[in-house]
Amino acid sequence: MSYPDDLRYSKEHEWVRVDGSRATIGITSFAADELGDVVFVELPEIGATLNQFGTFGVVESVKAVSDLYAPISGEVVEVNEALRDAPELLNTDAYGEGWIAKVELTDTDQLDGLMDAAAYAEATA
Amino acid sequence: MTYSPHTDADRARMLDAVGVASVEDLFADIPAGVRAGAWAVPPPLVEQEVRAELARLAGRNRIAEVSFLGAGAYRHLIPSVVGEVIGRSEFATSYTPYQPEVSQGTLQSIYEFQSLICELTDMEVATASHYDGATATAEAALMACRLTRRSRVAVSAGVNPDYRRVLETYCAGPSIEVVVVPVDLADGGDGTTDPAAVQALDDVACLIAAQPNYYGQLEPMRELADAAHATGAQFVAVVEPTSLALLEAPGAYGADIVAAEGQPLGIPINFCGPYVGLMAARMVSVRQMPGRLVGATRDAQGRKGYVLTLQAREQHIRREKAASNICTNQALMALAATAYLIAVGPNGLREVAELSMTQARHLAGALESAGLAERRFGGAYLNEVALRVPDSARRHATLAERGIVAGHVLERDEPMLRDTLLLAATELTTDDDIACLVAALEETR
Repeated sequence: MSYPDDLRYSKEHEWVRVDGSRATIGITSFAADELGDVVFVELPEIGATLNQFGTFGVVESVKAVSDLYAPISGEVVEVNEALRDAPELLNTDAYGEGWIAKVELTDTDQLDGLMDAAAYAEATA
Repeated sequence: MTYSPHTDADRARMLDAVGVASVEDLFADIPAGVRAGAWAVPPPLVEQEVRAELARLAGRNRIAEVSFLGAGAYRHLIPSVVGEVIGRSEFATSYTPYQPEVSQGTLQSIYEFQSLICELTDMEVATASHYDGATATAEAALMACRLTRRSRVAVSAGVNPDYRRVLETYCAGPSIEVVVVPVDLADGGDGTTDPAAVQALDDVACLIAAQPNYYGQLEPMRELADAAHATGAQFVAVVEPTSLALLEAPGAYGADIVAAEGQPLGIPINFCGPYVGLMAARMVSVRQMPGRLVGATRDAQGRKGYVLTLQAREQHIRREKAASNICTNQALMALAATAYLIAVGPNGLREVAELSMTQARHLAGALESAGLAERRFGGAYLNEVALRVPDSARRHATLAERGIVAGHVLERDEPMLRDTLLLAATELTTDDDIACLVAALEETR
């Protein structure tokens, strides 16, 4: 299981990649592996406000349905439309093509409360 | 020994968590007069005594010889094959088809039902059915709230008042506000919902309107759909299924969700059901549909088979986040509707709808030309018509004593509609029935 060093991780198994005031979010390869084959992703609406650790979408696999929990607060500026037709991208490329949404951050301090790759690897070991 | 798994300490902890002092407090909403202890239960009887007592009670039923009662439930001819099909033990005794490998017959019958409802409504996906038209309508409103992420719903006053009460009940828990859009009930008005009033609605998840509406009037469904869509709301059409053989299909005029009472399709009229609720929608909304869906698929050897599908919406997987917490469907009544639709076929259904429409006109015409009644509204109607009949509440009661049910007294629902009867006709309404009503109203003039 790989956890890229440039990301921050939440206990709810979401990752964040920060680029200035923008952040890309997705679910970790650990989460995708636990879920099994993902068959549907309910994406947030553009313009929606995410609250850290609040739910913002749903991911459905062949064996479970789980809520998506926002790792950070912000406003959704882009969603990964490719997931509508290819939800399996969460399984095949969790940190790349399988990103879920991009948000404009409202509180970058929240990132300090998230785990780094090593801490997340330990938490899921 | 006791079979209760809970100790007194367990109970005390649960009561504490809920925040009540005693188990008795949980039943505080139930009036004392209907509690088990309050009943005067007669002593036990042997079988023949029970039969005699039930026969005596049944004898108190007043069987109408002639009835023009509709108002949401309609008396139609039910071909004998319907009872024959639903009486088969494979269907009558089967449980919910969780195991597709032993439930192909039940699953296929539900799939056929869903397909027929899609064809009838011109929609893309239909559920396996709901309790009745009222609960299907309320579920449609909740579904629209999920789809739009809004928490107000608008309902036309032309939707059956019983449905609106059920809607209020469903919306009370999740704190969804229900806004009623008025119908023009003025004397000689058109008895329909004004699309302009819909445009003024703000931030509603859906507009619910009925076709024909409760007063028998034909609503401008296309205009209402457009007005709802202009506000970003879903349009929920509540329809009478046999009327779809003549009227434009909801899918064609822009309905997003269709809800209906399926009783006219081969289910006898009775008090409290079982009836069957129909719901159909567009494929884009399928994951927010409530209840059960059956899909067609292929097995590992490529053979066609049927399964419960998209179960991730359902409560046994999603618990409190399920699309609905009622996944019970009326499989046997849905099967009755399926058998009925197949028995009468598309032409037969059209004949039923046409005869109902023709007899409703004959009925209204006969009463009008005898000077006994006049139409309460302008505009078009189909199988049911609101007529002004002077002193109608008293005459309705008098006629009922003689075995004639002169429709429904609308004043009971809407005080503005004094002296107005809602009279329905179906293909079972004979010319003699109409002559009988005319004569009885003459005598009570």
